[in-house]
Amino acid sequence: MTTERAENPIDETHSREVVVANEQGLHARPADLVAREAQRWESRIEFIGKAQRVDGKSILDLLTLAAEEGTHLVIEATGPDACEALDAIGNLFDKKFASNDSNVMTHSEKTQQEKHGSGTSARINTVACEGVADGNTNS
Amino acid sequence: MKFSDFVSVEAIRPSVSADSKEGVIREMTQSLVDAEKIATSEMDSIVKAIMKREDLGSTGIGRGVAVPHTKHPSVSRLVGTVAISERGVDFESLDGEPVQLFFLLVSPPDRPGDHLRALENISRQLRDDAFCKMLKEAGGPQEVWRLLEDADAQSIAS
Repeated sequence: MTTERAENPIDETHSREVVVANEQGLHARPADLVAREAQRWESRIEFIGKAQRVDGKSILDLLTLAAEEGTHLVIEATGPDACEALDAIGNLFDKKFASNDSNVMTHSEKTQQEKHGSGTSARINTVACEGVADGNTNS
Repeated sequence: MKFSDFVSVEAIRPSVSADSKEGVIREMTQSLVDAEKIATSEMDSIVKAIMKREDLGSTGIGRGVAVPHTKHPSVSRLVGTVAISERGVDFESLDGEPVQLFFLLVSPPDRPGDHLRALENISRQLRDDAFCKMLKEAGGPQEVWRLLEDADAQSIAS
């Protein structure tokens, strides 16, 4: 049995799924919040939505997702602080970008059920973060 | 959503004279009044609402671009316009750079999706440096409109 292992642990990619839970969607203000948070981390941060992959550190890129309420997005982080970055960014989505109401949506309900058979991994480079439910893209 | 779906050609201002954030917003809102896209009586209320939104965080999204906007009950569909400042205006942008390209949007409160799709289109097109440069150098409203139409045509093709 071969273990799949990135040669350089620094380059491991982690991912998680988030849901846009606020009524207005990922408009300018939340996109700004998300991009700023993403910029705080060294890791490369990418968002995967409707058949496109964009830079999570760019507000312009995030806005091109036009992610309405209920949209599922996958965030991929690659780098030494990938898990912390995913946590911090995922938290913004969980808190609905801390918008007006405090109705917090739990992200773990969503991702926990997405547990997959671990025989073959479709995403070679994706490894689990400790204590974090990694989101597997499965549409 | 294409530019031609929400930009009023009559309201395009290829060289704004205002040199402050509120001045530009006022000038652009006035252009929408002049183009009969919004009611004169609603002008002050709309300017105020847009400024209030700016207080929450600048819509200067970087690269010399700002997208001042608000929801407003007086419009039944998304209306918007484009303005260009030759010198650039301090908009407290995220990257600190002065803003030369402005896209102002006023949308009905119950249509968040339209607003998102307008933002999507604007940001998608503005990632293209050549497009930004051509817009900034456009000589008149018709030239701006032609650039927007070209961009629309390209986004359909791709």
